[in-house]
Amino acid sequence: MDLSSINPTLLLASLIVASTPILLAALGELVVERAGVLNLGVEGMMITGAICGFAIAVNTGSPFVGFIAAAMGGALLALLFGVLTQFALANQVASGLALTLFGLGLSALLGQGYQGIKPPPTNSLDIPFLSDLPILGPILFSHDLMVYLALALVAAVWFVLNRTRAGLILRAVGENHGAAHALGYKVIRIRIMAILFGGACAGLGGAYLSLVRVPQWTEGMTAGSGWIALALVVFASWKAGRILLGAWLFGGISVLQLNLQAAGVAIPVEYLSMSPYLITILVLVIMSADKSRAPGSLGRTFHASD
Amino acid sequence: MFRIEKRPQPSRLWTYLTPLVAVVITMIVGGALFAALGKNPVEAIRTIFWDPLFGEFSFYYRPQLLVKAAPLILIAIGLSLGFRAGIWNIGAEGQYIIGALTGAGVGLAFYPLEAAYIFPLMVLAGALGGWAWGMIPAVLKTRFGTNEILVSLMLVYVAEQLLAKMALGLLRNPDGRGFPGSRNLQQYSSAHNAEIIAGTGVHWGVVAALIAVIFAYILFTRHVLGFHIRLTGQSPKAARFAGVNPARLALICLGLSGALAGLAGMFEVSGPAGQINIDFNVGYGFTAIIVAFLGRLHPVGILLAGLLLALTFIGGENAESNLGLPAAAIQMFQGMLLFFLLAVDVLTHYRLRWKSAEVA
Repeated sequence: MDLSSINPTLLLASLIVASTPILLAALGELVVERAGVLNLGVEGMMITGAICGFAIAVNTGSPFVGFIAAAMGGALLALLFGVLTQFALANQVASGLALTLFGLGLSALLGQGYQGIKPPPTNSLDIPFLSDLPILGPILFSHDLMVYLALALVAAVWFVLNRTRAGLILRAVGENHGAAHALGYKVIRIRIMAILFGGACAGLGGAYLSLVRVPQWTEGMTAGSGWIALALVVFASWKAGRILLGAWLFGGISVLQLNLQAAGVAIPVEYLSMSPYLITILVLVIMSADKSRAPGSLGRTFHASD
Repeated sequence: MFRIEKRPQPSRLWTYLTPLVAVVITMIVGGALFAALGKNPVEAIRTIFWDPLFGEFSFYYRPQLLVKAAPLILIAIGLSLGFRAGIWNIGAEGQYIIGALTGAGVGLAFYPLEAAYIFPLMVLAGALGGWAWGMIPAVLKTRFGTNEILVSLMLVYVAEQLLAKMALGLLRNPDGRGFPGSRNLQQYSSAHNAEIIAGTGVHWGVVAALIAVIFAYILFTRHVLGFHIRLTGQSPKAARFAGVNPARLALICLGLSGALAGLAGMFEVSGPAGQINIDFNVGYGFTAIIVAFLGRLHPVGILLAGLLLALTFIGGENAESNLGLPAAAIQMFQGMLLFFLLAVDVLTHYRLRWKSAEVA
């Protein structure tokens, strides 16, 4: 075992990269859940985004177009969920599971022939002066655009939810859809928009996995990231700022365990690989004590006649 | 403009009709999908749904149908208990793996002893293993209020890693020249879950699945526990007033579904699969979710839905080898089935009414 082979600067830099996919997906799901909808299909939307982004990026040669396609793919799949739960009034848990099962199959089908290909590289930004700083440069200022977009999105989601009228309406719909409806807000329309946003974010997160983090396409490559993103929302007590904290925690754990595997620690690889999932469970247990933060109408079906 | 109106009572007709309508729509849309992939849709649908039952080689496929349906039905029966009460165990895949590990582990511990008590002990160990794995989300839910959906799902990934570790480590065949995987239980007669009647595909897992269906039917129609489960699903508040202890119910439902999934894994590893290996699990635990919903969470419905999904597994393999249809297409087909079922299900609880737009 050689722990000195782990470079803390590189570790922190890769922590930020590793946390970006779940950060994006969890932010989207946060907005969805604040609107009172529980979409368990994050895993399915992420993997669909991963293959949409990958395929389009490979075919066009542009990762940027790939990311846009991934967002659209994720949103399209989310729309299915939206129609099912908002118009056909289906059970949200069952519909979310259906979305995940369907998305895994769809992505495997779309991904035929894309295995073993390298995607076009997503360039890191090279910010003059800042990127050249010792230690801070590689950790904070030499990532690709998506990392900064994800960080900006955290701020934007926080601002919109807490400081704007639109955010207030969205939260009202999530806390008590009956009252929001009585006030004249279009509950279903608002929820559909939130669901679409959640799908686009999950799609982006998935594409970040297949285009930057890994970067290649393999079937089932999200390996539970979507579920970890769902757990992250609970961990964050439905607050945008804490999502960032949680994503860094999980990103840190997954990077650390990979580094420990590479360093040849005496713990078997399989036990290290299960650590992110075990820690997710542990964190869920700790955070579940405070249920008061969950939006009031979360997971309940809305029909104007009720 | 039409609008949907809540029915005072769920429609009995649509309760039975929705699965059939969903299957038909899935076949049509699936056919279109196969056509888009450049396959003849009629031929593809026939290869999947007709040939295994009535085609030239049906003598081979019909027993396979039971072999594949048994784990699906066993797991789905367990899931239906919880789903009816609003307790969501979606980690059956993990419980299935652990049941196989504990079951095979007990069998291998006796190797090469031949004795009649080994197989029953393995059955017990498989059920206990699955039960224990299912109790983790149950205890965390009742003790700390942790979401059982996320915990049970996370435990699937943990179980998969454990499976890899066991296949490469503790349970590895000492005479296997270093290859991963345990001894083959099919060659160890005391631990082999052999066909009871040769050539029919009926092994002990099939028998267990049928017993589970009958027990679940009696439970839901005759036993107070079944009543409590249904009551909790329909109105948790009313159930509380009726004296139902929700924590106890969660422990029972998750424990039972875990035990059944564990049994399914144990029967699979000692019979059709034969050995513990890295790629032992093939997603029965997730497909069983579709089976449970398609069967309307009713034991008899689950029996039929399990056979249908088993048919898509077998027919899908056929279509893969004969028509070059990608395996993923079948996976997507199964996902679509659940989608359409949920969409059509709106007609069970609501009715469509044509209405001219009026001023509120």
